[in-house]
Amino acid sequence: MDIFIAIVQILDSTIRLSVPLLLACLAGLYSERAGVFDIGLEGKMLVGAFAGAAAASVFHSAFLGLGMAILISVAFALIHGFASITHRGNQIVSGVAINFIAAGSTIMLGQHWFQQGGRTPALAPGERFEAITWPGVDAVRGVPIIGPIYSELISGHSILVYIAFLMVPFTWWVLFRTRFGLRLRAVGENPAAVDTAGISVAWLRYRALICTGILTGVAGAYLSMVQNGGFVKDMTAGKGYIALAALIFAKWKPVNAMFACLLFGFLDALSIRLQGTPLPLIGKVPVQFMQALPYVLTVILLAGFIGKAIPPRAGGVPYVKER
Amino acid sequence: MSTPYAKLPAWADYGLIPVINLFVAFVVAGFVVLLVGENPFRAAVILVEGAFGRGTGIAFTLFYATTFIFSGLSVAVAAHCGLFNIGGEGQGYIAGLGIGVVCLAFDSVLPWWLTFPLAIIASAAMGALWALIPAYLQARRGSHIVITTIMFNFIAASVMVYALVGFLKPAISMAPQTRTFLDGAQLPKLNWVIELFGAKIRSAPLNISFLLALVMAYLVWLLIWRTKLGYEMRTYGHSPKAARYAGISETRIVIVAMMISGALAGMMALNPTMGDQHNVALDFVSGAGFVGIAVALMGRLHPVGIVLAAILFGMLYQGGAELAFEMPAISRDMIVIIQGLVILFAGALEHMFRPYIQALFASISPKTVGIEAVKGKGA
Repeated sequence: MDIFIAIVQILDSTIRLSVPLLLACLAGLYSERAGVFDIGLEGKMLVGAFAGAAAASVFHSAFLGLGMAILISVAFALIHGFASITHRGNQIVSGVAINFIAAGSTIMLGQHWFQQGGRTPALAPGERFEAITWPGVDAVRGVPIIGPIYSELISGHSILVYIAFLMVPFTWWVLFRTRFGLRLRAVGENPAAVDTAGISVAWLRYRALICTGILTGVAGAYLSMVQNGGFVKDMTAGKGYIALAALIFAKWKPVNAMFACLLFGFLDALSIRLQGTPLPLIGKVPVQFMQALPYVLTVILLAGFIGKAIPPRAGGVPYVKER
Repeated sequence: MSTPYAKLPAWADYGLIPVINLFVAFVVAGFVVLLVGENPFRAAVILVEGAFGRGTGIAFTLFYATTFIFSGLSVAVAAHCGLFNIGGEGQGYIAGLGIGVVCLAFDSVLPWWLTFPLAIIASAAMGALWALIPAYLQARRGSHIVITTIMFNFIAASVMVYALVGFLKPAISMAPQTRTFLDGAQLPKLNWVIELFGAKIRSAPLNISFLLALVMAYLVWLLIWRTKLGYEMRTYGHSPKAARYAGISETRIVIVAMMISGALAGMMALNPTMGDQHNVALDFVSGAGFVGIAVALMGRLHPVGIVLAAILFGMLYQGGAELAFEMPAISRDMIVIIQGLVILFAGALEHMFRPYIQALFASISPKTVGIEAVKGKGA
């Protein structure tokens, strides 16, 4: 039974750790499916996390915080669009620039506004998203197997967790069952065809980037307002890049993206759980190895040893009208 | 990337446009300074004075510039081959492992002028090795080099933590760093050169690796514009299809270019370890690899431009330290913002002002832009 409880606990933290990855990964899905590489997921999450925590602590409202996180994150997405769509700049360079501006400005402004070394004040209970307890948890808790699963795994998360997982079918529906989604995918594969059909390539790509901004904003808000209760400098710590890797691993498909993010979240949860405990057969694994494992795994996945990932055809290429 | 723009005179292309882009980046940075309630003009004065006002400032500026020349060249070599090496940070960090092993082994036996070449080879080899795997995966397995090099940055960080809390640190010490190198692995200072010009220097870490950086800049110029290999790299960078048609091996050129790039990134570790701190410590690269991206873009991928841009960023680092001291509202993170703005305006938005400048040139003297001005319509 102890093992079962341990497994449930690991799975529970898997869910918690994979939510920011999942939101960022779906965010990347929108822009990359529209043919815009976005290496700036990391930076947009960071500004979202900062804006969310800052607004929540100033206005004492979690939802205002979330709104501000989305707003600022979308603004950064639009900068990316301005550079890479309107001015046809290099999308990767633009993304890198956004990551730098995000990293520097969150610390600078945080220090200026709150004087806590780049942190925002710790959020009070009303200012962060609380865990939602599902009905009947107390009644079921005693039941073996189902009890822990229901009370630990399914119930007891914040609203953003459920939103993140609901975004998976929603994204699938948008991309594969709506006119907007069809056009969005087309613009990532063959923008000239979309242009010929009389649809603005630039506006479509901008809309895709706005979707990206909204989702990275929610991802950032989750980090600073659910997982942590306040903004800490560089708190995204490479999650944006992991999300990008998950996106490639998922072959740019929403449901696959969920499983990829759960896998990376699981590895993370496992490495935290196993710190310092010797494994059977292998012995004690260095902490650093466990920390590097998601990255190593990503490289192996990218190397195509587990299926081949084919990106959207027009990805990374600015669209130039025939001249 | 396609450039559907008409040609400008070379001085405007390589001089005027970068200067305008840089100017805009600094204007935006000025607004950030304003936002935190300080005077941007006073900030600029403190910055420049801190960097060039006194001999010590100049020496520090050049010390920082040394590292950035290496990382800028590293990005540029890969970029000429159409590859975006964002892994300079990890390649430089892992090179610290090679430097650490060489220095710890030889610093008590050999003089510095024998340890130094060994350390150069070790750092370049480690950096090249760290670039080799992403390069191979890009060339043969089709995985995107940007993602793999980012992943290798994280892996390098883990490996270095493992090495520094493990076998590299002395057994009695708790701090995750090597012991201090003996005289045999300490690079001689270059401060006397600045003192020749009459400036007084208290203590600054400017050292002989600055000269190595200049030599490397020259060698990179030679490689890119004066050798067959460089020609092949530029061909591949312009058009992989044309390169394939010309019989250039895709695998070879990608791997060679990335290994040279990695070797240059690796050499950047020499300056802070052997030149300044005299040990290999946790996170000693501290973002210099990423600065290289801004430096290379600012310098328009030309070694001369890169040296100038590196000195500019050296100035930002040194002057920024003074600025953080004088104006408490501005921390050193201001440099990160400026860096980002430079990458944005000099890199991603490099063509933003081009149509206007073209129109200006065309109105003054149509000949300078020639008949191609008509093509600019698509812009």
